[in-house]
Amino acid sequence: MSRELQDKAKELLEKEEVAQVIGYGAGTRRSRARPIFITSPEEASQLIWTPACVNNLAVYLTRKETKVPGRVAITAKGCDARALFVLIQEKQIRREDLNIIGLACRGVLSKKALDQGKGDLDEETLSAKCKVCLVHTPVEFDFLVGEKIDSPEPSSDPYEVIADLESRSPEERWEYWQGELSRCIKCYACRQACPLCYCNRCITEKSIPQWIEKSPHARGNLAWNIIRAFHLTGRCVGCGECERACPMDIPLMLLNQKMAREVKEQFGYVAGMNYQMEPALATFDPKDHEDFIR
Amino acid sequence: MESKERETEMGLTRGAGSKEGGNGWEPKITAFVCNWCTYAGADLAGTSRLKHSPQIRVIKLPCTGRIDPLFILKAFERGSDGVLVSGCHPGDCHYTSGNYHARRRFATFRKLLEFLGIDLRRVQFSWVSAAEGAKWAKMVNEVTRQVREMGPFEGYRKISDG
Repeated sequence: MSRELQDKAKELLEKEEVAQVIGYGAGTRRSRARPIFITSPEEASQLIWTPACVNNLAVYLTRKETKVPGRVAITAKGCDARALFVLIQEKQIRREDLNIIGLACRGVLSKKALDQGKGDLDEETLSAKCKVCLVHTPVEFDFLVGEKIDSPEPSSDPYEVIADLESRSPEERWEYWQGELSRCIKCYACRQACPLCYCNRCITEKSIPQWIEKSPHARGNLAWNIIRAFHLTGRCVGCGECERACPMDIPLMLLNQKMAREVKEQFGYVAGMNYQMEPALATFDPKDHEDFIR
Repeated sequence: MESKERETEMGLTRGAGSKEGGNGWEPKITAFVCNWCTYAGADLAGTSRLKHSPQIRVIKLPCTGRIDPLFILKAFERGSDGVLVSGCHPGDCHYTSGNYHARRRFATFRKLLEFLGIDLRRVQFSWVSAAEGAKWAKMVNEVTRQVREMGPFEGYRKISDG
Protein backbone atom coordinates (compact mmCIF):
# COMPACT_ATOMS: atom_id res chain seq x y z
CA MET A 1 0.00 0.00 0.00
CA SER A 2 2.86 2.38 0.73
CA ARG A 3 4.10 1.68 -2.79
CA GLU A 4 0.78 2.64 -4.36
CA LEU A 5 0.85 5.88 -2.37
CA GLN A 6 4.45 6.71 -3.28
CA ASP A 7 3.82 6.15 -6.98
CA LYS A 8 0.79 8.41 -6.94
CA ALA A 9 2.63 11.20 -5.10
CA LYS A 10 5.59 10.93 -7.47
CA GLU A 11 3.25 11.19 -10.44
CA LEU A 12 1.47 14.26 -9.05
CA LEU A 13 4.76 16.04 -8.43
CA GLU A 14 6.33 15.04 -11.73
CA LYS A 15 3.34 16.30 -13.68
CA GLU A 16 3.35 19.44 -11.49
CA GLU A 17 -0.30 18.92 -10.66
CA VAL A 18 0.59 19.84 -7.10
CA ALA A 19 3.41 21.88 -5.59
CA GLN A 20 3.51 19.91 -2.34
CA VAL A 21 2.45 16.57 -0.96
CA ILE A 22 1.63 16.39 2.75
CA GLY A 23 1.81 12.84 4.07
CA TYR A 24 3.43 10.58 6.63
CA GLY A 25 7.04 9.50 6.80
CA ALA A 26 9.03 7.29 9.14
CA GLY A 27 9.13 8.59 12.70
CA THR A 28 11.91 8.98 15.18
CA ARG A 29 11.37 5.51 16.60
CA ARG A 30 10.61 2.19 14.99
CA SER A 31 6.87 1.87 14.31
CA ARG A 32 6.25 5.60 14.66
CA ALA A 33 5.27 7.93 11.85
CA ARG A 34 5.37 11.68 11.50
CA PRO A 35 4.09 14.30 9.06
CA ILE A 36 6.33 15.10 6.10
CA PHE A 37 6.07 17.77 3.43
CA ILE A 38 7.60 16.87 0.09
CA THR A 39 8.01 19.09 -2.91
CA SER A 40 10.08 16.96 -5.33
CA PRO A 41 9.30 13.59 -6.99
CA GLU A 42 12.47 12.04 -5.52
CA GLU A 43 11.18 12.54 -1.99
CA ALA A 44 8.01 10.57 -2.71
CA SER A 45 9.70 7.33 -1.62
CA GLN A 46 9.66 8.66 1.95
CA LEU A 47 5.89 8.38 2.16
CA ILE A 48 4.43 5.57 4.26
CA TRP A 49 0.97 4.40 5.28
CA THR A 50 0.90 2.31 8.47
CA PRO A 51 -1.26 2.04 11.61
CA ALA A 52 1.15 4.52 13.21
CA CYS A 53 -0.04 7.31 10.89
CA VAL A 54 -2.20 8.94 13.53
CA ASN A 55 -1.78 12.67 12.87
CA ASN A 56 -4.58 14.64 11.29
CA LEU A 57 -2.65 16.32 8.49
CA ALA A 58 -5.49 18.75 7.74
CA VAL A 59 -4.11 20.91 10.52
CA TYR A 60 -1.22 21.97 8.29
CA LEU A 61 -3.45 23.50 5.63
CA THR A 62 -4.20 26.55 7.74
CA ARG A 63 -0.73 27.09 9.16
CA LYS A 64 1.22 29.71 7.26
CA GLU A 65 4.49 27.96 8.13
CA THR A 66 3.61 25.00 5.91
CA LYS A 67 1.84 26.83 3.10
CA VAL A 68 3.39 26.85 -0.34
CA PRO A 69 2.03 28.60 -3.41
CA GLY A 70 0.03 26.24 -5.60
CA ARG A 71 -2.10 23.16 -5.20
CA VAL A 72 -1.50 20.68 -2.40
CA ALA A 73 -1.99 16.92 -2.28
CA ILE A 74 -2.75 15.56 1.16
CA THR A 75 -3.11 12.00 2.39
CA ALA A 76 -6.26 11.65 4.42
CA LYS A 77 -7.90 8.92 6.47
CA GLY A 78 -11.67 9.10 6.79
CA CYS A 79 -11.49 11.25 9.91
CA ASP A 80 -8.87 13.56 8.39
CA ALA A 81 -10.98 13.99 5.26
CA ARG A 82 -13.94 15.09 7.38
CA ALA A 83 -11.73 17.86 8.77
CA LEU A 84 -10.81 18.84 5.21
CA PHE A 85 -14.49 19.13 4.34
CA VAL A 86 -15.21 21.39 7.31
CA LEU A 87 -12.29 23.62 6.24
CA ILE A 88 -13.74 23.77 2.73
CA GLN A 89 -17.19 24.51 4.13
CA GLU A 90 -15.75 27.35 6.20
CA LYS A 91 -13.92 28.77 3.18
CA GLN A 92 -10.45 28.22 4.62
CA ILE A 93 -9.35 26.18 1.60
CA ARG A 94 -10.87 25.52 -1.78
CA ARG A 95 -11.75 22.05 -2.98
CA GLU A 96 -10.05 22.73 -6.31
CA ASP A 97 -6.79 23.61 -4.57
CA LEU A 98 -6.66 20.18 -2.97
CA ASN A 99 -5.82 16.78 -4.28
CA ILE A 100 -7.17 14.38 -1.69
CA ILE A 101 -5.26 11.11 -1.56
CA GLY A 102 -7.74 9.01 0.38
CA LEU A 103 -6.49 6.25 2.65
CA ALA A 104 -8.74 3.23 3.12
CA CYS A 105 -8.21 2.72 6.83
CA ARG A 106 -8.77 -0.19 9.22
CA GLY A 107 -7.73 1.90 12.18
CA VAL A 108 -4.69 3.39 13.85
CA LEU A 109 -2.77 2.69 17.02
CA SER A 110 -3.82 4.24 20.31
CA LYS A 111 -1.65 6.73 22.19
CA LYS A 112 -0.90 4.07 24.78
CA ALA A 113 0.15 1.50 22.18
CA LEU A 114 2.44 3.98 20.46
CA ASP A 115 4.05 4.98 23.75
CA GLN A 116 4.68 1.31 24.46
CA GLY A 117 6.40 0.94 21.09
CA LYS A 118 3.79 -1.44 19.72
CA GLY A 119 3.39 -1.56 15.97
CA ASP A 120 0.74 -4.18 15.29
CA LEU A 121 -2.93 -3.35 15.12
CA ASP A 122 -5.26 -5.53 17.17
CA GLU A 123 -8.27 -5.22 19.44
CA GLU A 124 -6.09 -4.02 22.30
CA THR A 125 -3.88 -1.54 20.46
CA LEU A 126 -6.67 -0.05 18.31
CA SER A 127 -7.45 3.58 19.09
CA ALA A 128 -10.81 4.07 20.82
CA LYS A 129 -12.04 6.43 18.10
CA CYS A 130 -11.55 3.71 15.46
CA LYS A 131 -13.91 1.35 17.27
CA VAL A 132 -16.82 3.68 16.54
CA CYS A 133 -15.66 5.01 13.18
CA LEU A 134 -18.15 5.29 10.34
CA VAL A 135 -15.72 6.51 7.65
CA HIS A 136 -13.22 3.72 7.08
CA THR A 137 -13.19 5.04 3.52
CA PRO A 138 -13.10 8.83 3.16
CA VAL A 139 -16.40 10.29 2.00
CA GLU A 140 -14.72 11.95 -0.98
CA PHE A 141 -11.26 11.67 -2.53
CA ASP A 142 -9.38 12.17 -5.78
CA PHE A 143 -7.46 8.92 -5.47
CA LEU A 144 -7.85 6.02 -3.05
CA VAL A 145 -4.93 4.07 -1.62
CA GLY A 146 -6.16 0.55 -0.92
CA GLU A 147 -9.53 -1.06 -1.53
CA LYS A 148 -12.72 0.64 -0.40
CA ILE A 149 -13.72 -0.54 3.09
CA ASP A 150 -17.29 -0.47 4.36
CA SER A 151 -17.45 0.64 7.98
CA PRO A 152 -18.65 -2.20 10.21
CA GLU A 153 -21.18 -1.67 12.96
CA PRO A 154 -19.37 0.00 15.87
CA SER A 155 -18.03 -2.65 18.22
CA SER A 156 -18.92 -0.57 21.25
CA ASP A 157 -21.49 2.06 22.12
CA PRO A 158 -19.84 5.34 21.17
CA TYR A 159 -21.72 7.17 23.90
CA GLU A 160 -21.40 4.67 26.73
CA VAL A 161 -19.26 6.81 29.04
CA ILE A 162 -21.21 9.93 28.13
CA ALA A 163 -24.52 8.24 28.95
CA ASP A 164 -23.09 7.11 32.26
CA LEU A 165 -22.07 10.68 33.15
CA GLU A 166 -25.45 11.98 32.05
CA SER A 167 -27.20 9.60 34.41
CA ARG A 168 -25.38 11.03 37.43
CA SER A 169 -26.39 14.09 39.44
CA PRO A 170 -25.11 17.57 38.55
CA GLU A 171 -22.95 17.56 41.69
CA GLU A 172 -21.29 14.29 40.67
CA ARG A 173 -20.65 15.57 37.18
CA TRP A 174 -19.19 18.79 38.58
CA GLU A 175 -16.83 16.81 40.82
CA TYR A 176 -15.83 14.58 37.93
CA TRP A 177 -14.97 17.42 35.58
CA GLN A 178 -13.31 19.55 38.25
CA GLY A 179 -11.11 16.54 38.89
CA GLU A 180 -10.26 15.96 35.24
CA LEU A 181 -9.75 19.65 34.45
CA SER A 182 -7.60 20.23 37.52
CA ARG A 183 -4.82 18.56 35.54
CA CYS A 184 -5.06 21.09 32.72
CA ILE A 185 -1.81 23.03 32.45
CA LYS A 186 -3.02 25.40 29.71
CA CYS A 187 -0.42 24.19 27.28
CA TYR A 188 -2.98 24.53 24.44
CA ALA A 189 -1.67 21.39 22.76
CA CYS A 190 -5.32 20.52 22.15
CA ARG A 191 -5.78 23.74 20.24
CA GLN A 192 -2.56 23.37 18.27
CA ALA A 193 -3.34 19.79 17.23
CA CYS A 194 -6.89 20.56 16.18
CA PRO A 195 -7.35 21.21 12.44
CA LEU A 196 -10.36 23.38 13.17
CA CYS A 197 -8.74 25.65 15.73
CA TYR A 198 -7.32 28.01 13.15
CA CYS A 199 -8.25 31.43 14.50
CA ASN A 200 -5.42 33.87 14.02
CA ARG A 201 -6.08 35.20 17.46
CA CYS A 202 -7.67 32.75 19.81
CA ILE A 203 -10.17 34.13 22.33
CA THR A 204 -7.87 33.01 25.08
CA GLU A 205 -5.16 35.35 23.89
CA LYS A 206 -7.31 38.43 24.29
CA SER A 207 -6.27 40.24 27.46
CA ILE A 208 -8.11 43.52 27.17
CA PRO A 209 -10.61 42.44 28.39
CA GLN A 210 -9.56 39.01 29.55
CA TRP A 211 -12.32 36.47 29.05
CA ILE A 212 -10.33 33.38 29.89
CA GLU A 213 -7.39 33.56 32.21
CA LYS A 214 -4.25 31.98 30.90
CA SER A 215 -2.76 30.44 34.02
CA PRO A 216 -3.54 26.85 35.10
CA HIS A 217 -6.23 27.76 37.60
CA ALA A 218 -9.55 26.01 38.13
CA ARG A 219 -11.60 28.97 36.95
CA GLY A 220 -9.67 29.47 33.71
CA ASN A 221 -9.33 25.73 33.08
CA LEU A 222 -13.10 25.37 33.18
CA ALA A 223 -13.66 28.42 30.98
CA TRP A 224 -11.05 27.32 28.43
CA ASN A 225 -12.35 23.81 28.06
CA ILE A 226 -15.98 24.92 27.93
CA ILE A 227 -15.28 27.52 25.28
CA ARG A 228 -13.10 25.27 23.14
CA ALA A 229 -15.76 22.56 23.24
CA PHE A 230 -18.38 25.16 22.37
CA HIS A 231 -16.41 26.78 19.54
CA LEU A 232 -16.08 23.30 18.06
CA THR A 233 -19.77 22.46 18.45
CA GLY A 234 -21.13 21.42 15.07
CA ARG A 235 -17.57 21.54 13.68
CA CYS A 236 -15.58 18.86 15.49
CA VAL A 237 -15.15 15.75 13.38
CA GLY A 238 -14.02 13.46 16.18
CA CYS A 239 -10.48 12.85 14.97
CA GLY A 240 -9.32 12.64 18.58
CA GLU A 241 -6.08 14.56 18.04
CA CYS A 242 -6.82 16.89 20.95
CA GLU A 243 -7.04 13.99 23.36
CA ARG A 244 -3.97 12.37 21.87
CA ALA A 245 -2.00 15.60 22.18
CA CYS A 246 -3.05 16.31 25.77
CA PRO A 247 -0.07 15.62 28.03
CA MET A 248 -2.34 15.30 31.07
CA ASP A 249 -4.71 12.65 29.67
CA ILE A 250 -7.84 14.74 29.98
CA PRO A 251 -10.78 12.96 28.28
CA LEU A 252 -11.47 15.80 25.85
CA MET A 253 -13.26 13.52 23.42
CA LEU A 254 -16.08 13.11 25.96
CA LEU A 255 -16.89 16.80 25.65
CA ASN A 256 -16.58 16.86 21.87
CA GLN A 257 -18.58 13.68 21.29
CA LYS A 258 -21.29 14.87 23.67
CA MET A 259 -21.66 18.08 21.70
CA ALA A 260 -21.55 16.25 18.35
CA ARG A 261 -24.38 14.05 19.55
CA GLU A 262 -26.38 17.08 20.70
CA VAL A 263 -26.03 18.74 17.30
CA LYS A 264 -27.03 15.53 15.56
CA GLU A 265 -30.06 14.97 17.78
CA GLN A 266 -31.21 18.57 17.83
CA PHE A 267 -30.50 19.60 14.25
CA GLY A 268 -29.84 16.38 12.36
CA TYR A 269 -26.37 17.58 11.38
CA VAL A 270 -23.01 15.76 11.39
CA ALA A 271 -19.85 17.79 10.70
CA GLY A 272 -17.61 17.06 7.75
CA MET A 273 -19.81 14.68 5.77
CA ASN A 274 -21.09 17.10 3.15
CA TYR A 275 -19.36 20.39 2.50
CA GLN A 276 -22.26 21.71 0.44
CA MET A 277 -24.27 22.10 3.63
CA GLU A 278 -24.24 25.08 5.96
CA PRO A 279 -22.56 24.47 9.33
CA ALA A 280 -25.22 23.79 11.96
CA LEU A 281 -24.48 26.77 14.21
CA ALA A 282 -23.96 29.17 11.30
CA THR A 283 -27.54 28.79 10.21
CA PHE A 284 -30.98 28.22 11.65
CA ASP A 285 -34.44 26.92 10.92
CA PRO A 286 -37.39 29.08 11.94
CA LYS A 287 -38.92 25.84 13.22
CA ASP A 288 -36.00 24.96 15.54
CA HIS A 289 -37.15 23.58 18.86
CA GLU A 290 -37.42 25.90 21.83
CA ASP A 291 -38.67 23.68 24.61
CA PHE A 292 -36.09 25.18 26.96
CA ILE A 293 -37.31 28.75 26.45
CA ARG A 294 -40.18 30.07 28.51
CA MET B 1 -51.18 42.26 55.68
CA GLU B 2 -52.39 41.60 52.18
CA SER B 3 -49.32 43.12 50.57
CA LYS B 4 -47.00 41.05 52.83
CA GLU B 5 -48.72 37.87 51.67
CA ARG B 6 -48.35 38.99 48.09
CA GLU B 7 -44.67 39.66 48.69
CA THR B 8 -44.10 36.15 50.01
CA GLU B 9 -46.02 34.72 47.12
CA MET B 10 -43.86 36.63 44.69
CA GLY B 11 -40.74 35.27 46.34
CA LEU B 12 -39.67 38.63 47.68
CA THR B 13 -39.23 37.58 51.30
CA ARG B 14 -35.66 38.24 52.30
CA GLY B 15 -33.39 35.36 53.13
CA ALA B 16 -36.12 32.77 53.04
CA GLY B 17 -35.54 29.23 51.90
CA SER B 18 -31.84 29.52 51.17
CA LYS B 19 -29.94 26.32 51.91
CA GLU B 20 -26.34 27.18 52.52
CA GLY B 21 -26.72 30.92 52.17
CA GLY B 22 -27.01 31.66 55.80
CA ASN B 23 -28.79 34.65 57.28
CA GLY B 24 -29.87 37.30 54.85
CA TRP B 25 -28.23 35.74 51.79
CA GLU B 26 -29.93 36.80 48.61
CA PRO B 27 -29.21 35.35 45.17
CA LYS B 28 -27.58 37.50 42.53
CA ILE B 29 -29.20 37.08 39.15
CA THR B 30 -27.68 38.57 36.02
CA ALA B 31 -30.00 39.06 33.08
CA PHE B 32 -28.74 39.46 29.53
CA VAL B 33 -31.58 40.96 27.55
CA CYS B 34 -32.16 42.39 24.13
CA ASN B 35 -32.76 46.12 23.78
CA TRP B 36 -35.82 46.03 21.57
CA CYS B 37 -38.04 43.52 23.30
CA THR B 38 -37.14 42.36 26.75
CA TYR B 39 -35.48 45.58 27.91
CA ALA B 40 -38.55 47.48 26.75
CA GLY B 41 -40.73 44.91 28.48
CA ALA B 42 -38.77 45.38 31.68
CA ASP B 43 -39.22 49.11 31.29
CA LEU B 44 -42.95 48.60 30.92
CA ALA B 45 -42.96 46.55 34.11
CA GLY B 46 -41.33 49.52 35.78
CA THR B 47 -43.71 52.15 34.48
CA SER B 48 -46.63 49.89 35.34
CA ARG B 49 -45.28 49.74 38.91
CA LEU B 50 -45.20 45.93 38.84
CA LYS B 51 -43.19 44.52 41.73
CA HIS B 52 -40.48 41.95 41.20
CA SER B 53 -37.41 40.68 43.02
CA PRO B 54 -34.71 43.30 43.27
CA GLN B 55 -31.94 40.70 43.04
CA ILE B 56 -31.70 41.06 39.30
CA ARG B 57 -29.06 43.04 37.40
CA VAL B 58 -30.00 43.73 33.82
CA ILE B 59 -27.40 43.98 31.08
CA LYS B 60 -28.73 45.37 27.84
CA LEU B 61 -27.51 44.13 24.47
CA PRO B 62 -28.79 45.05 21.06
CA CYS B 63 -29.97 41.50 20.41
CA THR B 64 -29.84 38.02 21.93
CA GLY B 65 -27.74 37.13 18.91
CA ARG B 66 -25.00 39.28 20.44
CA ILE B 67 -24.94 37.25 23.64
CA ASP B 68 -21.73 35.24 23.72
CA PRO B 69 -21.84 32.15 25.94
CA LEU B 70 -18.74 33.62 27.57
CA PHE B 71 -20.97 36.27 29.14
CA ILE B 72 -22.79 33.55 31.05
CA LEU B 73 -19.54 32.07 32.28
CA LYS B 74 -18.23 35.48 33.28
CA ALA B 75 -21.42 36.20 35.22
CA PHE B 76 -20.88 33.05 37.26
CA GLU B 77 -17.19 33.80 37.73
CA ARG B 78 -18.00 37.27 39.04
CA GLY B 79 -20.48 36.04 41.64
CA SER B 80 -23.84 35.48 39.96
CA ASP B 81 -25.87 32.61 41.28
CA GLY B 82 -28.18 32.53 38.30
CA VAL B 83 -28.40 33.89 34.77
CA LEU B 84 -31.44 34.81 32.72
CA VAL B 85 -31.22 35.31 28.96
CA SER B 86 -34.23 36.91 27.34
CA GLY B 87 -35.10 38.34 23.96
CA CYS B 88 -37.63 38.84 21.20
CA HIS B 89 -40.05 36.12 20.19
CA PRO B 90 -39.10 34.19 17.02
CA GLY B 91 -40.10 36.22 14.01
CA ASP B 92 -39.99 39.51 15.90
CA CYS B 93 -36.25 40.11 16.06
CA HIS B 94 -35.33 43.70 15.30
CA TYR B 95 -32.42 42.36 13.27
CA THR B 96 -34.56 39.71 11.64
CA SER B 97 -32.70 36.57 12.63
CA GLY B 98 -30.48 37.29 15.63
CA ASN B 99 -32.73 35.40 18.00
CA TYR B 100 -32.83 32.38 15.68
CA HIS B 101 -29.05 32.13 15.86
CA ALA B 102 -29.18 32.65 19.63
CA ARG B 103 -31.78 29.90 19.93
CA ARG B 104 -29.53 27.33 18.29
CA ARG B 105 -26.49 28.55 20.15
CA PHE B 106 -28.11 28.28 23.56
CA ALA B 107 -29.92 25.05 22.76
CA THR B 108 -26.47 23.46 22.51
CA PHE B 109 -24.54 25.54 25.03
CA ARG B 110 -26.87 24.73 27.88
CA LYS B 111 -26.34 21.01 27.26
CA LEU B 112 -22.60 21.56 27.57
CA LEU B 113 -23.07 23.37 30.88
CA GLU B 114 -25.34 20.60 32.09
CA PHE B 115 -22.79 17.98 31.14
CA LEU B 116 -20.13 19.79 33.16
CA GLY B 117 -22.30 19.70 36.26
CA ILE B 118 -24.05 23.06 36.26
CA ASP B 119 -27.67 22.78 37.36
CA LEU B 120 -29.70 24.20 34.50
CA ARG B 121 -32.09 25.93 36.85
CA ARG B 122 -29.26 28.46 37.18
CA VAL B 123 -29.36 29.32 33.46
CA GLN B 124 -32.79 30.14 32.11
CA PHE B 125 -34.13 31.51 28.87
CA SER B 126 -37.26 33.37 27.88
CA TRP B 127 -38.90 35.33 25.11
CA VAL B 128 -40.33 38.53 26.56
CA SER B 129 -41.75 41.10 24.18
CA ALA B 130 -41.91 44.86 24.70
CA ALA B 131 -45.57 44.52 25.65
CA GLU B 132 -45.05 41.78 28.22
CA GLY B 133 -44.19 43.74 31.33
CA ALA B 134 -46.12 41.29 33.47
CA LYS B 135 -44.28 38.31 31.99
CA TRP B 136 -40.96 39.99 32.76
CA ALA B 137 -41.89 40.47 36.40
CA LYS B 138 -43.09 36.87 36.57
CA MET B 139 -39.88 35.54 34.97
CA VAL B 140 -37.67 37.49 37.35
CA ASN B 141 -39.59 36.29 40.38
CA GLU B 142 -39.61 32.70 39.15
CA VAL B 143 -35.88 32.56 38.42
CA THR B 144 -35.02 34.29 41.69
CA ARG B 145 -37.21 31.88 43.62
CA GLN B 146 -35.63 28.83 42.05
CA VAL B 147 -32.08 30.09 42.55
CA ARG B 148 -32.81 31.08 46.12
CA GLU B 149 -33.96 27.51 46.79
CA MET B 150 -30.75 26.14 45.35
CA GLY B 151 -28.51 28.37 47.38
CA PRO B 152 -25.34 30.19 46.34
CA PHE B 153 -23.38 28.75 43.43
CA GLU B 154 -20.75 27.17 45.68
CA GLY B 155 -19.01 25.41 42.85
CA TYR B 156 -18.09 28.64 41.15
CA ARG B 157 -17.34 30.38 44.46
CA LYS B 158 -14.66 27.82 45.17
CA ILE B 159 -12.93 28.07 41.81
CA SER B 160 -13.21 31.84 41.57
CA ASP B 161 -11.19 32.58 44.69
CA GLY B 162 -7.63 33.67 44.14
